[in-house]
Amino acid sequence: MTQPQVDDRTRDPGRTGIADDGTAPSARMVRLAERLRERIGADKVLTDPAQLRTYECDGLAAVRVRPGIVVLASHRDDVVQTVRSCAEAGVPFVARGSGTGLSGGAIPVADGVLIVLSRLRQIVSVDPDNARVVVEPGVINLWVSREAAPYDQAYAPDPSSQQVCSIGGNVAENAGGAHCLKYGFTVNHVMGAEVVLPDGEVVRLGGTASEHPGLDLLGAFIGSEGTLGVATQVTVRTIRIPETVQTMLVGFHSVRDAAGTVSDIIASGIVPAAIEMMDALAIEAAEAAVQCGYPQGAVAVLVIELDGPAVEVDEQFRQVRELAEARHAFETRIARDAAERALMWKGRKSAFAAVGRISPAYYVQDGVIPRTRLPEVLEEIGRLADEAQMRVANVFHAGDGNLHPLILFDDAVPGAAHDAERLGGAILDLCVDLGGSITGEHGVGVDKKSKMARQFAGEDLDTMQLVRCAFDPDGLANPGKLFPTPRLCGERPGVRTAADTPDPALGEVF
Amino acid sequence: MPVRPAVPSGTQVCGVVPVDVAQPTTAAEVADVLRSTRGTVVPVGAGTKTGWAAPPTSCDLLLRTTGLDRVVEHAPGDLVVVTEAGVRLESLRRQLAEHGQMLALDPPEPGATIGGIIGANASGPRRLRYGTVRDLLIGVTVVLADGTTAKSGGKVVKNVAGYDLGKLYTGAHGGLGVVVSATWRLHPLPAAVGTVVVPVSDAAEAGRLSALLARSTLTPTAVELRFDVANAQAANAQAVGSRVTGSGVTGELVVLFESIEASVDAQSRAALALLGGGTREQRPPSWFGQRPTGGIVLRLAFEPFALPHVLRALPDGASGTATACTGVAYAAVPETTDLAALRAAIRPYDGSAVVLAAADAARAGLDHWGPVPDSFGLMTRVKDQFDPRRRLSPGRLIGGL
Repeated sequence: MTQPQVDDRTRDPGRTGIADDGTAPSARMVRLAERLRERIGADKVLTDPAQLRTYECDGLAAVRVRPGIVVLASHRDDVVQTVRSCAEAGVPFVARGSGTGLSGGAIPVADGVLIVLSRLRQIVSVDPDNARVVVEPGVINLWVSREAAPYDQAYAPDPSSQQVCSIGGNVAENAGGAHCLKYGFTVNHVMGAEVVLPDGEVVRLGGTASEHPGLDLLGAFIGSEGTLGVATQVTVRTIRIPETVQTMLVGFHSVRDAAGTVSDIIASGIVPAAIEMMDALAIEAAEAAVQCGYPQGAVAVLVIELDGPAVEVDEQFRQVRELAEARHAFETRIARDAAERALMWKGRKSAFAAVGRISPAYYVQDGVIPRTRLPEVLEEIGRLADEAQMRVANVFHAGDGNLHPLILFDDAVPGAAHDAERLGGAILDLCVDLGGSITGEHGVGVDKKSKMARQFAGEDLDTMQLVRCAFDPDGLANPGKLFPTPRLCGERPGVRTAADTPDPALGEVF
Repeated sequence: MPVRPAVPSGTQVCGVVPVDVAQPTTAAEVADVLRSTRGTVVPVGAGTKTGWAAPPTSCDLLLRTTGLDRVVEHAPGDLVVVTEAGVRLESLRRQLAEHGQMLALDPPEPGATIGGIIGANASGPRRLRYGTVRDLLIGVTVVLADGTTAKSGGKVVKNVAGYDLGKLYTGAHGGLGVVVSATWRLHPLPAAVGTVVVPVSDAAEAGRLSALLARSTLTPTAVELRFDVANAQAANAQAVGSRVTGSGVTGELVVLFESIEASVDAQSRAALALLGGGTREQRPPSWFGQRPTGGIVLRLAFEPFALPHVLRALPDGASGTATACTGVAYAAVPETTDLAALRAAIRPYDGSAVVLAAADAARAGLDHWGPVPDSFGLMTRVKDQFDPRRRLSPGRLIGGL
C-alpha cells in the first residue's frame, strides 16, 4: 500500500487562502457580509484583512487560511442567523471555540465564514441535585468544575488545555484528558446539546435525562469535528468529587520497566484515575520549563493517581507501590498535599509547551496503541527518530495507550517542518499497524485526514459519509476536515478521486 | 448459502409472522443474505427483547444472528474483547471471568446475545458505575441494507478517528444495519461484594435516600429501588382524613458495593450510617436486576432527582424497579394505563416512557415510543441514508421509522 503523501499545498502559507493581502474578497463574500451585518449587527461581522488574520489558524499553527468573513457571535441567535445566511448563499462555515485544537479542526475556509463562539460564555444553569450544568459553547472547560465545586462536584474531562479550551470545542473533538482512563471522554459526560444544523434548523439532541427514545444522534454529533452542525448550548453531567485523591511520581531507569509497571497495575484489577508517562527528553523539557522536581536521572517517570473511598485508595496505592518496586522503580514520591500534587501534574500538563525550551519548534502527534505494545512501540519510535535524525520527546496517557510524541525540529532549517510531519506520519502508521488509532483525543482535522484511509476501508468511510449527508447534504459545515476525500451526497462511492475534487480546506472551492 | 430453516411454528416478532427465516453463521453470509434478497428484514439475536421496539410493518425475512457465535479475540492485558453478534452474554461472562475480567453490562434477559443487547440498548443496575452500551462499545462492524460491510471505532479504548457509528446502531433495533461484531472495553472483576438493604415507605423517602447516596463519596456499583404503587389508595386515605403518607409507594432500596473486601466493608458501614438504618447482606435480593412482568412493561427515563415525582405519576397497581441515581426505571403498569397522560406527567423532568412488553392484543392500541422529539426530521434523514428502501426493521423505530 502506498503511503498517502502530505499535501504540500496545505503546508505552504503562500499558496493557501485566496483572500491574501491585496486580493479583493469575492462578490459573494461581499454580499454575504452585507446580509450578515443587517441580520446580526455590523460590529459582529469582520472583513478587514488585518482583523481576519487573527483567525487564520488554531493550535496547529503550521496550516493557515484567512477566512472570508469572521462572525463574533454574542448570542445564540447570531449563530442561527449566520448559519442560515450561509445555507441560503451556499457558503461554507467553520465554528471555532478557543482555537486550541491541535489537528486544525478550526482552520477557516478561505471563501467562507468563521463563526467564533468564544463570546458565548454564559453558564446557563447549575443543577447539583441532578448533577447537570448547562453552558454556552464558549464556556471554558475548567469553569464548569469551578461552578460545580461549591456542591462538591466536578466536570471529569480534563484536557491539558482545560484552562483555555471551550466546551463547544471539547464536544466537537470528543476531548479526553489524563483522567479519561477511569472517567471516560466528553461523549460520556455530555447529556444534551442544542445544535444548529447546517441548514439553519435548530434541534435539541439528548436532554437532561440519561436516555431518550429514538436514535442517539447526540452520540454521533459528539466528536464529529464541527462537520455536522454547531452546538449552541451543551448540557453536561458532573461527578461527585471523590473522598480521597492520592498521587505518586515514580522514576525508572528503563522505559520497559515503566511500561511493565503500567501493565502490572492494570492486570492487578486496579483502575487508576490516571497513569501518565514521560520519557527522558520530556522530563528534561519539563524540568527546564517548570522545575517540577522530577527524579534525577530518570529514563522514564510515571505519574499515577488513584481516587475514591479512602480505604480503597490506601490499599491499592500500597499495591501500586509494590508493583513499581518490583519493576525496579528507583524513586517513589507521594504527594503529601494538594500543592505537591499540583506540582507533579504541572510537569506533565506543561510538557507540550515545555519542549519549546529545548527546541526551536515542535510538532505534536496523537496516536493510540494497545497498551501492552508500549515497550516495542517506544523502541520503534526511537528507531524512526534516529533514521530521520530528529529528536522525539514522548508523553503519554500510558493507561490507555495514548501516545503524544513531540517531534523536535528547527523551523529555521528548510524542509525540517516537512520532515517532522513525515516522521509523525510514520508513527501514526505504526499505531494503525498495531491495531491502534491515528487519534485518541486531538481529532483528525486537516492534519490527519489523509491517514483516515490507512485506518479505515473505503466502505467504512462511505458509511460515515451517510451520517454527513443526513446532517449536511450540501457539505457546508467545516468542509475539508476529517475525511480524506470530499464527496458529494447522493453521488456513487468511488466515482470521484481526490485529484478531481477541489479540497475546500485549501480555499479552492469552485 | 446460509442455512434457511423452515419457519418454525410460533415464530413471530410482536405478533408479526415472518415469511422466511435465515440463520447465517458468518458476517459474509449476512452480507450475502442482504445482497441476494430485496424484501423486508428484521434482524434479531436470541429474540429476548423483540418487544422492546414497535411491531414491524412487514417481515419477509427474520434474520437470526445467533449463528455468529465466536469470541474473535480477547486481549486480557488490554482489557478488550472482540465478539461476534450472536455470542451470548452469559457465555462471554464465563469466558472473561477466567481472566478475572468482565464486560460490565448486566441486562437480565436469559440467553441474550451481544448483538441484541446493542440493538435494544439493554442495560441493568450496574449502569450507575459502568454506564451502558454506548460507554463500553469501542468498535462495531455492521452489514448495511445493501450488503455493504462497514466498521467504525477500533480495538483501542481511546479513539476519536471518524464518526462513532456505534452510538447510532445502539438502540436502533437493526434499523440502520445488522451488527455482526463488536469490540468492548472490559473491566476487572471486583474481588468482594456486599449490599445494604433499606425499606422504603413512600416516594419522598425513595428520593431522599437516593439523593443522600448521590451526594456522598460512596461509590456503589448500583442503587436499586424495588417499588409497589398504590397511589390512588393513598389519595383516598388522605381524602378521608387518615394519616398522610405522602404517596402510596412502598418498597426497598438496595445499595450494592463491589470492590476490595476492606472497601466493601467500610462503605457498607458508612451507608448504614448515612441512610439511618437498613441491614447488611452478602448478596442482593432475588428481585435485583430483574425486569418487572405483567400488564404493560415500560422503561422510564427522567432526570435522576425527579424519582419521587415519577413514582407518584405511576398508576395504582404499578410495580417495578428503579436504577435510583441514574433516572431510569422499569415499571409494569396495568393494561388500562393512560400512557399519554403518564408521559405528559413526567415530561417536565425530561421524562419518557417506552413500551418493552405487552400482550399482542394490547399492542395494537399502544403508542410504543411516545411523541417524537424535535430532531425526528433528522432521525428520518439518517434512516433514509442508511436504509433508503426502508427494508430493515421497518416501522420498529420511533415515529414509525
